[in-house]
Amino acid sequence: MNDKPDGKDKALIVDRRGALECMLWAGTGVLWTVSGGVPSSTLLGSAQAAERDFTFLQISDSHVGFDKAANPNALATLEEAVAKVQEMPAKPAFLIHTGDITHLSKDKEFDDAAQVIGKLKLDGHYVPGEHDVIDEGTGKAYMERYGKGARGAGWYSFDQNGVHFVGLVNVVNLKAGGMGNLGADQLAWLTDDLKGKSTSTPIVVFAHIPLWTVAPDWGWGTEDSAQALALLKRFGSVTVLNGHIHQIMQKVEGNVTFHTARSTAFPQPAPGTAPSPGPKVVPAGELRSVLGVTNVAYRQGSKPLAITDSTLAG
Amino acid sequence: MVGFPRRRRSGGGRSAAVAAAFALMFATLAPAFATAGSADEATVTIDNFTFSPATLTIKPGTKVTFVNHDDIPHSIVDAAGKFKSKVLDTDESFSMTFATAGDVTYFCGLHPHMKAKIVVTPQVTP
Repeated sequence: MNDKPDGKDKALIVDRRGALECMLWAGTGVLWTVSGGVPSSTLLGSAQAAERDFTFLQISDSHVGFDKAANPNALATLEEAVAKVQEMPAKPAFLIHTGDITHLSKDKEFDDAAQVIGKLKLDGHYVPGEHDVIDEGTGKAYMERYGKGARGAGWYSFDQNGVHFVGLVNVVNLKAGGMGNLGADQLAWLTDDLKGKSTSTPIVVFAHIPLWTVAPDWGWGTEDSAQALALLKRFGSVTVLNGHIHQIMQKVEGNVTFHTARSTAFPQPAPGTAPSPGPKVVPAGELRSVLGVTNVAYRQGSKPLAITDSTLAG
Repeated sequence: MVGFPRRRRSGGGRSAAVAAAFALMFATLAPAFATAGSADEATVTIDNFTFSPATLTIKPGTKVTFVNHDDIPHSIVDAAGKFKSKVLDTDESFSMTFATAGDVTYFCGLHPHMKAKIVVTPQVTP
């Protein structure tokens, strides 16, 4: 499965500066490198960072406008998340937001979110969540803000330092009894988008609802994701980043690493532990330990991308 | 008007009679209630990402009110594409009168795994 047996060893090289950076991280979160299917704790960043190496930030499920028991002020916790990112030792190259920027697709919610996230002064690449397309225009408000240059309901791709990023939309035209949905138009576009890309091109795919089936009873999956994953199978390094489920889950299948991020607004229960996926109310003092953001580091020559989740606590 | 039941589960005989009594009592204050007892009404509630009842059987002409009790918004979308509610935030409701007999399958536009049915039976004379 992994034709690069020494990739893991390289990832585990520790130097003094690396160790110091690790100390900085210790208070804020769990640190992961997934290598060859075996997640192992390791360090992010190092003195020998190659020129093409970079990190990017993932923010997810801000739900700006949410004010219920699970978090009476989702805008405030987004602000805290932004402040945490500003404290990070390495400035990310850009950010991705994996949807549910807002709770009810209201103009004010979009504006508030943009103002807070704008403090990071990072280029942002967004995909909508189902909460971002419930305005009367079914996504008009989202598309006006984030749809420039995108196709269909907001899908697109871009390249950064040799890594190909694909933002997909799986929250529109949902079918009765189903889960997330990409649809034929988007799959045709994806086929075309990936055509001609060399199999050694690292691919990062991001979308709101998980592109693997986490919990079908709760709709946590995407009906036609298998067709998208089939198109990605020939690539040596594929990282799939999702949100929607407000908790970290990960899985490795062949060369594909799946990862879901925490929300910055409220947690949701693990599948099977509650009657529904509704917001989970935790004791007030514990909320920040279950909210957070994700950093992803790309190191040239190292196949899997290092994914680091950090909470708002600490 | 405070304390008057805003929503009734069905147009059953007893509650209709109670409603009529209230309607009489408040007729001068709120004439609109005078007609409330005459139409058939039913309620579908949303709790824990579930429509209840899962199958609602009604007579043609019944007004069905969908009420969302979750902390997350939901919507009502006809699987056949004939109608769609606005998004219902917590405690918001949407009403729809079903005039013709037949089965209506509907789902939540945000969480499509939430699916339920309304069976509109042909009118039977009591």
